Amino acid sequence: MSKLTPKERLKIPRHPMIEQDPMERSHNFNEVNLGYTAQLAMAEADRCLQCPKPTCVEGCPVHIQIKDFIGLIAEGDFLGAVKKIKEDNALPAICGRVCPQEEQCEESCVVAKRGEPVAIGHLERFVADYERNSGKIEIPEVKKSNGKKVAIVGSGPAGLSCAKDLCAKGYDVTVFEALHELGGVLVYGIPEFRLPKDIVRTEIDGLKKMGVKFQTDTIIGRLYTIDELFEEEGFDAVFLGVGAGLPWFLGIEGENLDGVYSANEFLTRVNLMKAYKFPEYDSPILDLHGKNVAVFGGGNTAMDAVRTALRLGAKNAYIIYRRSEKEMPARVEEVKHAKEEGVQFMLLTNPVRLIGDDEGWLKAVELIKMELGEPDASGRRRPIPIEGSNFTMDMDVAIVAIGNGPNPLIMKTTPEIEVSKRNTIVVDPETMKTSKKGVFAGGDIVTGGATVILAMGAGRKAAAAIDEYIQTGKW
Amino acid sequence: MFKIVDARFLAENIKKFEIEAPRIAKKRKAGQFVIIRIDEYGERIPLTIADSNVEKGTITIIVQGVGKTTKELNMKEAGDSILDVVGPLGQPSHIENFGTAVSIGGGVGTAIAYPTAVALKEAGNYVITINGARSKDLVILEDEMKSVSDEAYITTDDGSYGFHGFVTQKLQQLIDEGKKLDFVLAIGPIPMMKAVADVTRPYGIKTVVSLNPIMIDGTGMCGGCRVLINGKPKFACVDGPEFDAHAVDFKNLADRNRTYREYEQEALKRFEEHCRLEKQIKEMKEEK
Repeated sequence: MSKLTPKERLKIPRHPMIEQDPMERSHNFNEVNLGYTAQLAMAEADRCLQCPKPTCVEGCPVHIQIKDFIGLIAEGDFLGAVKKIKEDNALPAICGRVCPQEEQCEESCVVAKRGEPVAIGHLERFVADYERNSGKIEIPEVKKSNGKKVAIVGSGPAGLSCAKDLCAKGYDVTVFEALHELGGVLVYGIPEFRLPKDIVRTEIDGLKKMGVKFQTDTIIGRLYTIDELFEEEGFDAVFLGVGAGLPWFLGIEGENLDGVYSANEFLTRVNLMKAYKFPEYDSPILDLHGKNVAVFGGGNTAMDAVRTALRLGAKNAYIIYRRSEKEMPARVEEVKHAKEEGVQFMLLTNPVRLIGDDEGWLKAVELIKMELGEPDASGRRRPIPIEGSNFTMDMDVAIVAIGNGPNPLIMKTTPEIEVSKRNTIVVDPETMKTSKKGVFAGGDIVTGGATVILAMGAGRKAAAAIDEYIQTGKW
Repeated sequence: MFKIVDARFLAENIKKFEIEAPRIAKKRKAGQFVIIRIDEYGERIPLTIADSNVEKGTITIIVQGVGKTTKELNMKEAGDSILDVVGPLGQPSHIENFGTAVSIGGGVGTAIAYPTAVALKEAGNYVITINGARSKDLVILEDEMKSVSDEAYITTDDGSYGFHGFVTQKLQQLIDEGKKLDFVLAIGPIPMMKAVADVTRPYGIKTVVSLNPIMIDGTGMCGGCRVLINGKPKFACVDGPEFDAHAVDFKNLADRNRTYREYEQEALKRFEEHCRLEKQIKEMKEEK
């Protein structure tokens, strides 16, 4: 590590991410962020004060040893750095891209008190990419088989991280996925321009090399019930990481018109089914060239949808959100990128009804202006409609991106699993144990729609508890 | 990969496939469906399971070649494979001993009306089947339907076989004759299902239809298959596919199903052009 004084380190300005030009990228699906160079990464690592008490680690949901990995980057030991991250995080190339660092590690960074925080996310991404590009991805050590079988339901971030830990401990792990592709929300939800699918595939290939088995086209709850996994298939424990896969709608007039999508459908068509390559691929998506597109919502999914609409040729792409920018749940970077690309933000605005033509096609939306009142249960100020402020706008396509509830498929066929009023699975927060013996759960199915890193953390926690349960037999 | 063990045409453009899918064969119940994807470039389409054979480990689907995907599927032969077959999906048919139950299949819809007719018979119903088609050569599953029926009728639009007229006219005739009908299941094109609902509504006969909206995942994740039931959105893939016919908004279903018509036509045109060229190349090669 270069011998800089803390004062000198604080003087170095944060190194911005290298990005594709906004005007160019708003017309293609290539990744927006291009990543640091080795030189930039080392220079950014020099900004880290190497605090004796690294608060950044506390800010990370899985407590990555941030100080240590950044120290290794500063020394130029990039492979050492990624190894250090992987002690706590199975998927750094993914988390480095999609974690909301500004409210986690980077928010807790001491440097942030005097300026901008160390770009921890960019550094994590850099070393993960460095490892992948070097072709020297280290396959984690796998203990001798202990002959015990664990079923993981869902191949999203929670399932993958749980599978990895258990496989390393010597378990015979099978991951069941309902769709034809592995990765869950990482492949059907998050667009290519934010998370290239090759990266997800590389991570999954790594798990395959470790010995994790994957079975696509398999819907647990239908093809196998949970009880059948235990009784017929001989599994010793089951982890449910099935995500929040039931889109919410607004419940307003006109939501069933042609031209109205859930964000899940819109993104699944584009990301999973590759509808942006129609007719090379068979699944279509409405041609958005010259069209007006409204996306309702202010989360990451809304940003993904609106930016995808731009890339599909939309003339005007709007975010329509009922609160102000401050309350938006989306990552700061996604909002910034969306604005740079030309997305138009209509804040403090809410849809009242969707208006169709005689043939059932959407033609306009009626909106109402909102103002913020007292904070509600979420701690955010409650939006209140301003009476008489209604207005309509011509609109060809509307995308509803107001969140997802838990998919009830498994709970319906396994009534012993206790669910909350919101239909999420109830677990012991320490062990991720559900109310059914041998069954654990984690990720969005427990928390409701949250982040990749929280789901991963839950998967790892469950893996440790599953290991303990199987070894001791104690529930 | 899911292997096709048997493939044969039942009528022009309507093909029956037996596909190796042992677990689905074991678990499926009448009224449920699978989603298939032919190959890496394919779309995901729902197809109702017509039958299954647990010993052989196969399921049967019956496909009418309408668009690109179904026509491409109908070119597959025994020994070929389908990349993805997912299921069983949807709620099984609600079967009980209603008394007298009528199972109506219109066109390829008969493929779905048949397994439910079997289940209705097994539950002890007096089963009447009405098997409708445009003309005689398009009638499918005649023997199968007959074998589970206490009364079996065939109707053809052009009168070339059986009763001359629509299935609804036959149904109305049965009602007019004073038959007490306790349950009607109707599966076929949207206008037919709507017409059946209109016939039974004034008599308050419990009527169920199986809906076929556009789907992607089939597990409730995309919401593309939402249909209006009593004005409220329901997902056909997890809440259905069978619904109370008198509560369905058929116009909305028809509207939503034509969302991609232009695209479907384009895809079909390209596909047929592709097939034509392939055929030409093959012929040229043979000439050589």
